[in-house]
Amino acid sequence: MEIRGEETALLTDAPVVPPPIARKHATKVIVHLEVREVMKEITDGVQYMFWTFGGSVPGKFIRIREGDMVEFHLKNHPDNKLAHNIDLHAVSGQGGGAAATFTAPGHESIFSFRAINPGLFVYHCASAPVGMHIANGMYGLILVEPLEGLPKVDKEFYVMQGEFYTSGKYGQKGLQPFSQDKAIEENADYVVFNGAVNALTGDKSLQVNVGETVRLYLGNGGPNLVSSFHVIGEIFDLVYTEGGNRPNQTNVQTTLIPAGGSSVVEFKVDVPATYILVDHSIFRTFNKEALGMLKAEGKEDKTVYSGRLEDKLYTP
Amino acid sequence: MLNHYSFVFVTTLILNLSAENSNTGKMVYLPNGVYHPFFKNSDDFDSIRLQAFYMDVLPVTNGDFLDFLKKHPRWQKNSVKPIFADSLYLKALSSHNLSEQPEKELIQSPLTYVSWFASKDYCECQGKRLPTTAEWEYAAQAGESEPVSSENSPLFRRILFWYSQPTVFPLPKTGSAPPNYWGIHDLHGLIFEWVADFNSALFSNDSRTKGGLESSLFCGSGNVSVTDLKNYAAYIRYAFRSSLKASYSISNLGFRCVKDLPLQGGKI
Repeated sequence: MEIRGEETALLTDAPVVPPPIARKHATKVIVHLEVREVMKEITDGVQYMFWTFGGSVPGKFIRIREGDMVEFHLKNHPDNKLAHNIDLHAVSGQGGGAAATFTAPGHESIFSFRAINPGLFVYHCASAPVGMHIANGMYGLILVEPLEGLPKVDKEFYVMQGEFYTSGKYGQKGLQPFSQDKAIEENADYVVFNGAVNALTGDKSLQVNVGETVRLYLGNGGPNLVSSFHVIGEIFDLVYTEGGNRPNQTNVQTTLIPAGGSSVVEFKVDVPATYILVDHSIFRTFNKEALGMLKAEGKEDKTVYSGRLEDKLYTP
Repeated sequence: MLNHYSFVFVTTLILNLSAENSNTGKMVYLPNGVYHPFFKNSDDFDSIRLQAFYMDVLPVTNGDFLDFLKKHPRWQKNSVKPIFADSLYLKALSSHNLSEQPEKELIQSPLTYVSWFASKDYCECQGKRLPTTAEWEYAAQAGESEPVSSENSPLFRRILFWYSQPTVFPLPKTGSAPPNYWGIHDLHGLIFEWVADFNSALFSNDSRTKGGLESSLFCGSGNVSVTDLKNYAAYIRYAFRSSLKASYSISNLGFRCVKDLPLQGGKI
């Protein structure tokens, strides 16, 4: 496949997704991704030292097209403490790029790869100890659009689950270091979407209108837990199981997202509501904060959903 | 821009300031011992016998190095050859206005942004040398009250906690934290340190495919060569070292020196 021209990839922070790729040819895509170790709140009053691709958890969303030649620049900020690298599951080759991008603080590594396989892929840091780097937030998604592109939808969003293991128990205030013991036991304190409690609620809820088609690019950084992803009050019209490039299921209630894996779901919003994104391994939702919101505004359709029609006494 | 005069001025000042720290220039004795490498390839030895040696109680400080630069101007930022130190070399020092009185904390802070070549030459100019990985790890496995920390020692928790804190610049002064069993300060929790054979994990095998870095330190096979799975703290040190090249100058990487015992009798 001929490579024509060159462009720099537009990267976005969750829940924003870069626009669909309009070109119909393969090109050279330059990706600049910077590793930052940043202190942020995981919830009110609880600080955590996140290791990030681009300053936030999850890492920047990367969107390319099948056949593209990617020139990847991994930059490790000079103020960072540790060496990092990147393993992109979209890469065919040694370590998915991990060995080629192992980078000391204050340095930049460059390698290139051909996007041979379309699909939605996880990327993550693979520096030793791998589990700790992932547990601290070093994961994100790279979408390789198939040659024919993806069907047009009205809204696209980027949601990625991950869990955090803190020295203090859930909700304990102050700076919470990573707990290696809890991580080994897979006993997470927080299971969240997009890197923090309430990252997708209130003002930060996903906003759509009734009648619109929605596509969610879903990832799961883990490091340990498999997500039983479900949207309360909605049925997925299409699911691209495990992030493959073809929808292979219709009418799905809950889709599994493996740790280090992805899924794509599409649905049309029929009635106004606040739809709740959850991990239906349900104690994670109610006790560990795996909860997001998608707010749909627009005209009600009582033939689809009536609301409460009557409240009567029941005296058996 | 640094110039020679500012160094002269500054270093005169430092000698007075650093004299206040009784540990400056002090070394301690570590007896013959055995180190069990945390990370090794299948054909490496399970343990390494170490001859007794002396180790600096403190990492080399900015003050120490400014003094060295005065005597060895070839290592000043403007003189050093690029193959011996990258462009970040001595960044923390050069970003300060050295014609003014430097902060006492800066003088006593550990030197960072220093290359392996400069570190090695510094030690040799003092009649010392850089420690080997085995020597450094042998000294660093001590807790406050025992020469070898147990697997559940709070030491490892403290090291992991350090990874969970942002680096504060300028770095805290050396010798602030309690010494370990041998009387050595700051092996953990302040900076990473150069060792003579920092790249040995990379080059300990002729064939990288057999037991080299890719197959041992990265995802997928990372646990095979690790003797203590829970020792994440050491794992991170080994990984950090293998990301280095000898000309690198990094914000949280410094060094200290060691010295062999005299061949026959005598004192250091």
